[in-house]
Amino acid sequence: MSEIHGMAQRGGVVESAIVFGDAESSIISDGEADVLLGFEPAETLRALGRARPDSLVVTSTSTLPPPTAALGKVAYPEVDAMLAVIRKKTGRVVTVDARDLASRAGSTLAQNMVLLGALSRTESVPLSADAIRTAVAATVKPAFVDLNLKAFDLGWEAAGEGETGQG
Amino acid sequence: MHKLLEDLPGKEMLVLGNEAIARGALEAGVACATTYPGTPSSEISANLFAVSRETDLYFEYSTNEKVALEVAAAAANCGVRSLCIMKHVGLNVAADVLMTLAYIGVKGGLVILTADDPYMFSSQNEQDNRYYAKLSGLPMLEPSSISEAKEMVGAALTLSEQLGEPVILRTTTRINHSTAKITLGKLAERKTKGSFAKDPFRYVAVPAVSRKLHTLLLQNLDKARELSEISPYNFFEGSGDLGIVCSGVSHAYVSDAVRDLGITGRVRVFRVGFSHPLPEKRLKSFLRDVKKVLVVEEGEPVLEEALRNLAQQEAVTVPIRGKGEDLFSREGEYDPAGVREAMAHFFGLSLPAKETIDLSGAPAVPQRPPNLCAGCPHRATFYEIKQAAGQDAVFPTDIGCYTLGLLPPLSAADFLICMGSSVGTAAGFSRFQDKRVVAFIGDSTFFHSGIPGLVNAVFNNHDFTLVILDNGTTAMTGHQPHPGVDMEALGYSGYGRISIEEVVRALGVQNVLVTDPYKVKKSVAALKELFAKKGVSVVISRQYCPLFARALKTPRKKPFRVSRKCAGHRVCIDTLACPAMYVDDGQVAIHADQCTGCAVCAQVCPENAILPVRE
Repeated sequence: MSEIHGMAQRGGVVESAIVFGDAESSIISDGEADVLLGFEPAETLRALGRARPDSLVVTSTSTLPPPTAALGKVAYPEVDAMLAVIRKKTGRVVTVDARDLASRAGSTLAQNMVLLGALSRTESVPLSADAIRTAVAATVKPAFVDLNLKAFDLGWEAAGEGETGQG
Repeated sequence: MHKLLEDLPGKEMLVLGNEAIARGALEAGVACATTYPGTPSSEISANLFAVSRETDLYFEYSTNEKVALEVAAAAANCGVRSLCIMKHVGLNVAADVLMTLAYIGVKGGLVILTADDPYMFSSQNEQDNRYYAKLSGLPMLEPSSISEAKEMVGAALTLSEQLGEPVILRTTTRINHSTAKITLGKLAERKTKGSFAKDPFRYVAVPAVSRKLHTLLLQNLDKARELSEISPYNFFEGSGDLGIVCSGVSHAYVSDAVRDLGITGRVRVFRVGFSHPLPEKRLKSFLRDVKKVLVVEEGEPVLEEALRNLAQQEAVTVPIRGKGEDLFSREGEYDPAGVREAMAHFFGLSLPAKETIDLSGAPAVPQRPPNLCAGCPHRATFYEIKQAAGQDAVFPTDIGCYTLGLLPPLSAADFLICMGSSVGTAAGFSRFQDKRVVAFIGDSTFFHSGIPGLVNAVFNNHDFTLVILDNGTTAMTGHQPHPGVDMEALGYSGYGRISIEEVVRALGVQNVLVTDPYKVKKSVAALKELFAKKGVSVVISRQYCPLFARALKTPRKKPFRVSRKCAGHRVCIDTLACPAMYVDDGQVAIHADQCTGCAVCAQVCPENAILPVRE
């Protein structure tokens, strides 16, 4: 796994790569990701070049426009237009409203767990939902375990009902 | 207990590269670790700092890399195993020490870790520090994986003791910031005290001594070359007449590509891990055994040029290629597909066409550059300085969060070279052009390398204002302490504390102003008064970094909201552009969960329309 540190707290773009299996490389080149998981629709679109035409995309639909867009200085694309492009260009798309589900679980900070739950539902990574739940329970601070598991489950459920589109 | 102190040899653990390096130091009995924080090396230090609170490991955040290396050099010359950690450009700061310490050598092991940053994820340049090994004549090790990075710390210390000189351990961002599995080794006991046997004609680098020491260094280089020949870190893989020489993280991309291209059995890979001095004999024999050689190394063509030298000595004429328009770039990072494609191209192999996504016609995604946080006091300082000094002033800046002030609408960064350069360049700008010069430097950077520039400015009677942005921490790299920090308040005892204000006054700066950037009118008025004066002046703009304040659990202030009084002047967003603000249906609004309650926007609003959120 590889991640560039430092810019997340300053509102910059953060991209992490996770390689399963016996490859030695810890990063993924353009056009080679089997799964693209995006925390924000514009960021999913920005990173779409990492995916292949038959890749799975899991993306949150809740927007977080960059400050220049939030302040009306530059345009932020319509969510539907972005999702339409993502659907058209890739194999399978799972969408969840991660912010909404996370706040239902108790905190918008749990959006990562919502998305992890949704990813788990797709069975595209070699980790069972139960293994992830166990790991969350073992590694998260005790006070936040329930919240995180709830967020995970909400994401898992939403990915089942969530719209999926064939390219 | 810190997770890196788990004494269970054989246990597997998923760790960050930097954690693996810190663990390697603990398994090798490092007793002294010194650093100045810098991405991508910072987590090595953060972990060792935490470990030092629980053990007898001595760790210090030194004022700068030069000092860090001096402290470690002395520790090592007492026989104490030492590790000095810095980012690549930090080694420039420490280079004066490095070059002559190479002559003087060490008694106990000393490893200098330099974390290079190809692609400049968070650096001002992407210099290739392998040249420092060549420049100083010191040995260099370079890991290709996380587990090897851990192992190499101990190996480098042993090598350092064998040769009696420091060893440079060079990583790149992809090693520092990747996560992988390591197997824990045994934790070592630390030898925390040694002794220093006086030998001035060995340790005092005056010309007569240094001439002898240089001879010794060159003899050591020959010894190191012999060790490089037999080092397990320099190894061959595979067989065949296609040759690849690679180092660092590129080895991972090469290994994957060999498999993906199905050329196992056709290609011989020479992985260089002990990269200075090179194992010349083994490389020469490698060159005789292959028909062509591709050199896969990020950065400069260091191995490539060395191989051509060796080929010339051996009168071998096989093509040796690496950098070039059709192959690899000297810029940025490599990636698996790029390496695979270059290998296919150079060796004339077919590569299945890659299906990529054509993004033409997709909506344009707005850029998302890193930004000053909501409530960042730097934003207020920039606003106030520009109100008082005008938009037209020249703003040399420095390295830290405040460099992000270059973005509009703040636009408060005009010139930046390196740590501390704000002060020296301000002197030059004030002397050789007519606009007012106001320079920005952070508190930690001021201690790191800002002080000599200020001494120079006072002595040479320059005419500019230095704004020291004192947010009480080293914010950009993750809130490390610095000499101006109140360590007692953070729960640490045994530290001194240096007042920036007293330092500045003691240096002879006559006009010193301390402002609270959250008080806009008062700050602007005081700044205008200050700017009317000639000569060197200093503003200390003091307010906690909001992220740091949150970590300290200081009480949160009430957030603000935009009331109905808003007349749509948009002064707030046009001058401050705080990320807590947004425009909704033409109306300015504030995210209550992002607003820190700094009230700066409320003070710039011409209608007083921004008010605290009611209970």
